[in-house]
Amino acid sequence: MAKIDEYIPIVGQSTVDDLRLIADRLKGKVIQHINSTAVGGGVAEILNRMVPFLRELGVDTRWDLIKGGEQFFGVTKKFHNVLHARPDAVTQRDFDIFMETSQKNIEELDTYGDIVFVHDPQPIALVTKKKENKWIWRCHIDVSNPHMGVWEFLKNFIIQYDAAVFSAPGFSPRLPIRQFLISPSIDPLSDKNIELPQETIDKVLRKYAIPKDKPILTQISRFDRLKDPLGVIEAYLQVKRYIDCRLVLAGGSAADDPEGLQVLEEAREKAKADSDIHILLLPQNDIEVNALQRASTVIIQKSLKEGFGLTVSEALWKAKPVVASNVGGIPLQIKHKYSGMLCHSVDGAAFALKQLLHSPDYARKLGENGREHVRNNFLITRHLKEYMLLFLSLYYPQDVVYV
Amino acid sequence: MAELYKAKEPFRFFTRLHLTELTGLRASILSQFLSLIKEVGGASIYHHTHRFLQQHQYLSPEPPNDFAYWVTEALGEDELGEKLASIDTMHFSNIRSLREKIIMVIEEYMEGNPLSKLKFSRKNEEFYFMKTVSFVFPTPYSAGDLKEFAECLHKITIESIYYHVFEARLRLEKKTNDFSRWMEDSLGDKALAVKIARLDPYTHTLEDLRKALIAMVKARLES
Repeated sequence: MAKIDEYIPIVGQSTVDDLRLIADRLKGKVIQHINSTAVGGGVAEILNRMVPFLRELGVDTRWDLIKGGEQFFGVTKKFHNVLHARPDAVTQRDFDIFMETSQKNIEELDTYGDIVFVHDPQPIALVTKKKENKWIWRCHIDVSNPHMGVWEFLKNFIIQYDAAVFSAPGFSPRLPIRQFLISPSIDPLSDKNIELPQETIDKVLRKYAIPKDKPILTQISRFDRLKDPLGVIEAYLQVKRYIDCRLVLAGGSAADDPEGLQVLEEAREKAKADSDIHILLLPQNDIEVNALQRASTVIIQKSLKEGFGLTVSEALWKAKPVVASNVGGIPLQIKHKYSGMLCHSVDGAAFALKQLLHSPDYARKLGENGREHVRNNFLITRHLKEYMLLFLSLYYPQDVVYV
Repeated sequence: MAELYKAKEPFRFFTRLHLTELTGLRASILSQFLSLIKEVGGASIYHHTHRFLQQHQYLSPEPPNDFAYWVTEALGEDELGEKLASIDTMHFSNIRSLREKIIMVIEEYMEGNPLSKLKFSRKNEEFYFMKTVSFVFPTPYSAGDLKEFAECLHKITIESIYYHVFEARLRLEKKTNDFSRWMEDSLGDKALAVKIARLDPYTHTLEDLRKALIAMVKARLES
């Protein structure tokens, strides 16, 4: 994993100096992260990077996990689904199972941190152990339209925290505690985002039999209805009437997801008459995703619903023009016509794609603006800075803090 | 070459980092938007009129405030958007008077355009009120005369320039920017102080602002 100083050529010396300036003010404080898993999933991915960086900056940071059995995680998965407004039945038994396991964790887990940083709903009930120390609840999911029963249940715990953190303004409900906006981030030195030599990009295109003879439109996403792959094909077909181009739809394996397999089949069916549509079921391979993004003329993210949609920042970081839906955290990443194009429909996506393919200078400018927007706002260094300012804010209630 | 005067007090450079706090307040129609603009704290008005300066440093010209952007993009009220975008922030010495101006512009527009009251933003395109929490840190840089000041301007971060030019004047209500105040009070150089105070920082990117400040100080040193 990269060291902090390796980010200086990307973000500048002053950004890294600022990180050290804030870290100095946190000397002597112990930060304790608590979540439910050390590997797999977005939260573990973030913590696996954040914890070593904070330690490198001299902030005493620890990471603990709660314990839970299959039943408990079955219930928390159900909570996750209904908070995302997916239909599922939640019963009193589910709440009881959640509380039984939570009680065991309350008894067994030592919450020694000066600042206890709890991630997502699974460990949320630990806050009942709160003493003189400070507690933060970090919500990584979209709760803009939640199941009210589950939300009210969680809210009883949330209001006991000192502060809550959300990823997008639309996720923030009215609460009697302070709430902060901290967006997720991408790591410019990870395999998914690092600069690639042209031969690596070409090799990946050869592997998937994608010729470079025409402009390439790409959407990188799981085969999931909420990512609307069929809508992407429709938009491409509208564009194709006027501009000869290729479409790449590439996403991870859907082996454990029956609905995903069905969506993949429907996409293949819709694409079968057009040899310029490439539907790729990719194994987990960040370099290949990186190469496909870099080989693209325009990147699409036509989701119907999105948590944050970090694939948009990944594309913008590669200075690619992006056409994306105006949902979830996407409008934070794209200001329409400044750093990309936002759309609300298949027709809107097709129109924006035609505009960008017909105006390469404009497309290039949007991509360049997008890259700078990501450099200023969506890199891991900004994320680190905001986490440390969040820790400081717990000791200062004012709007202007002299530290 | 101008004689180099020692300042009565050295200029100590500070920097400012910020965090965004959510309020949970949102508006989807103009009347609701207006009543929340009247209700929210000054830190919210400051946030929505200054956020673009730091988040979109590379864009010039740029949408100068979130209010203008939202009424244009989410409600399709281009004329109101233009009126809000062209409010001369430099004209106001505190957030209170800036807020009053914003309210007046919206009220006048609604009176002249009653149909604007019927427009709704789409779901997910509501205006979300937020506020800026600023953390002010001392930096190792200080200047005892104009030459040292020019050297520091090259080294400090754009956040430091932002703090002394924007935040000090409007948010901390110091009437003018910190640089002009020091030049007048500590260096006795009223002419340069006035020249810098006349600069409209809202029409520059932060890097361009740095260049403009350096050019003014250099010209003074060489005069």
